[in-house]
Amino acid sequence: MSSNETSIEIRDLYKIFGPSPRQYVDSIKNGLTKTELSKVHGHILGLNNINISMPGGKIQVVMGLSGSGKSTLIRHVNRLIEPTSGSILVNGRNVLDMPETELREFRRTHTAMVFQRFGLLPHRSVIDNVTFGLEVRGMDKAKSREIGMRWIERVGLNGFEARYPNELSGGMQQRVGLARALSNDASILLMDEAYSALDPLIRTDMQKMLLELQKELKKTVVFITHDLDEALRLGDSIAILRDGEIIQQGDSQRILIHPADDYIRRFIKDVNRARYLKVDAVMEALGQSDTGSMPKLKSGTTLEVAAGELTSSSFDTAIIIDDSDRPIGAVSLRLITAAISSEGEAEVK
Amino acid sequence: MPFARAMDKAELKFAAADPACTVLAQGGAEGGIEMDWLFKFPQVSPEALLAIKRGIDGSLKALTRLYGQSIENSFYPLQRILTFFENVMTGAPWPLIILVLAGIAWFASHKGSVVAGVVGTLIAIGLLGLWHDAMLTISLVFAATIFSIGIGIPLGIMMNRLERFGGVLKTLLDVMQTMPPFVYLIPVVMLLGIGRVPGFIAVVIYAIPPIIRLTDLGIRLVDKEVLEAADAYGCSRSQKLWKVQFPLAMPTIMAGINQTIMMALGMVVIASMIGVQGLGLNVLQAIANQYFTQGIFNGFAIVGIAIIFDRISQAYGQRLQKHRGGAA
Repeated sequence: MSSNETSIEIRDLYKIFGPSPRQYVDSIKNGLTKTELSKVHGHILGLNNINISMPGGKIQVVMGLSGSGKSTLIRHVNRLIEPTSGSILVNGRNVLDMPETELREFRRTHTAMVFQRFGLLPHRSVIDNVTFGLEVRGMDKAKSREIGMRWIERVGLNGFEARYPNELSGGMQQRVGLARALSNDASILLMDEAYSALDPLIRTDMQKMLLELQKELKKTVVFITHDLDEALRLGDSIAILRDGEIIQQGDSQRILIHPADDYIRRFIKDVNRARYLKVDAVMEALGQSDTGSMPKLKSGTTLEVAAGELTSSSFDTAIIIDDSDRPIGAVSLRLITAAISSEGEAEVK
Repeated sequence: MPFARAMDKAELKFAAADPACTVLAQGGAEGGIEMDWLFKFPQVSPEALLAIKRGIDGSLKALTRLYGQSIENSFYPLQRILTFFENVMTGAPWPLIILVLAGIAWFASHKGSVVAGVVGTLIAIGLLGLWHDAMLTISLVFAATIFSIGIGIPLGIMMNRLERFGGVLKTLLDVMQTMPPFVYLIPVVMLLGIGRVPGFIAVVIYAIPPIIRLTDLGIRLVDKEVLEAADAYGCSRSQKLWKVQFPLAMPTIMAGINQTIMMALGMVVIASMIGVQGLGLNVLQAIANQYFTQGIFNGFAIVGIAIIFDRISQAYGQRLQKHRGGAA
């Protein structure tokens, strides 16, 4: 699959809700606040100057609480919502310039979407739901059925293809939603709070499944969530949204170690840092001492695992090695403890 | 009279409490002639009104004289179809009719109880000597329902899609549903005379609004997220309608069909006034001659047919919803 080249560039995106949104774009750019806009002019600022560059083949998480504009943002990628101003470039092509037929073609072949409340068709069986996108595209029945069955198997629903959505549990329904999206073989996967309606254990299962599938499929995933744990677990890159503005972007390490403001600091306070922080983010330069007998940890190991390894060895420092087994740094129990216990800005490098 | 005394007292009290009011009341009494317009609505002069009425009636009559025949002729195919339906229903052997209706009931409901109810009702109607009239009524209602569905569902879809057309149609439906049927029977009879066709038209006018309204409603009630999913997967407008909106609106549309059938049956008595034969005519005779028993037998026969249609269409609607659980 050569789909991992599809990048998404969101540039200067503004969305204002109201009867005549266009006339307020310039005022917003010149510093009119959200409160003023709504109180004085009766318009709602949905998205304010969004710039995100999503590299192909990665999972981009957009995190925010309800009302932050995250669901509005994801709907701009396949233009279910028209922006007020700005551009969205997919592989360099501006989605907003597409005429209706081209947009339809783009939605049919380049994007697939998974919804919070599943968005399944209740009058169709599981297989007919999974092949819906292919049917819309005009693929013949036998072929689409074959593809559909393959994905039903991949998401662990064999034997359920003839059932109807309301006969399935929430977790299974979302598997159907995921299978429908994957059947489409689109390079962009849009997941709008896809797992928010599921209970915690099933949610963890689904997250694991997504990560496993992603290893092989390398799609450009846009994943919306209000759950920071989910964001940290899944996101190659995370954008945090508040009141329609991006307040921080970066990978999980950056957000945990250098939170941009108190809002984010409050968010990450209750997170299990050891589970998401990696040794690479806290390691120090290699010392001169004999490193031969020290335990070795792969780059990318989480602090949780590193601490466990060190505790069960007789050393208190481990060597970090990269993929080709070259030592690139060292991490000690003291560093790990400091990184885990520090709230917000750590003194580590 | 104690009541008048009490009134006086109250008025006195009122006047005493508010001197300004007394002045006003006096002024009103004195200026009786000038204030007359307040109590008599300023209407168009009777002469003008008469001219308007005459003008409209006259031109309608002229229209009838000029085009009556050709309008009647243009409805000839409809007349043929209605007669054909009638001949089929009255000409077929009664066991066959019972068998066919029982078969339809089974197909729609898959329930023995519904089939038994249908067969029992038909036998009761036959035993009371109303078989022939009941077949006439069923044939008219059946034809009117088929026609109403055929016209009503497309109109309902258009009502949903075209905002302005929908607004106009909504007003028209309000008129159709509240205008007393006798009023629109007048021009229909003037143009087409009496008989099957005007009866059919009257029944359709009366019975078609629910199917139009409920088709529109059913489409509007389709879950927003499902529609969004359809858009996200690149459905064209017609794909969205036929693959998503229409099937999901089907239970509501079935409720509309059910209502249309019930309204059509309710109309058969009025339709009999303009020459439609069947159970309605018997009821009409019973009213005119005060034959209570004839009235009640025929009335119950109409109820029986209504229940047959109702159970069959309801059961079919429910079977359609089998997979949908509670979700709308």
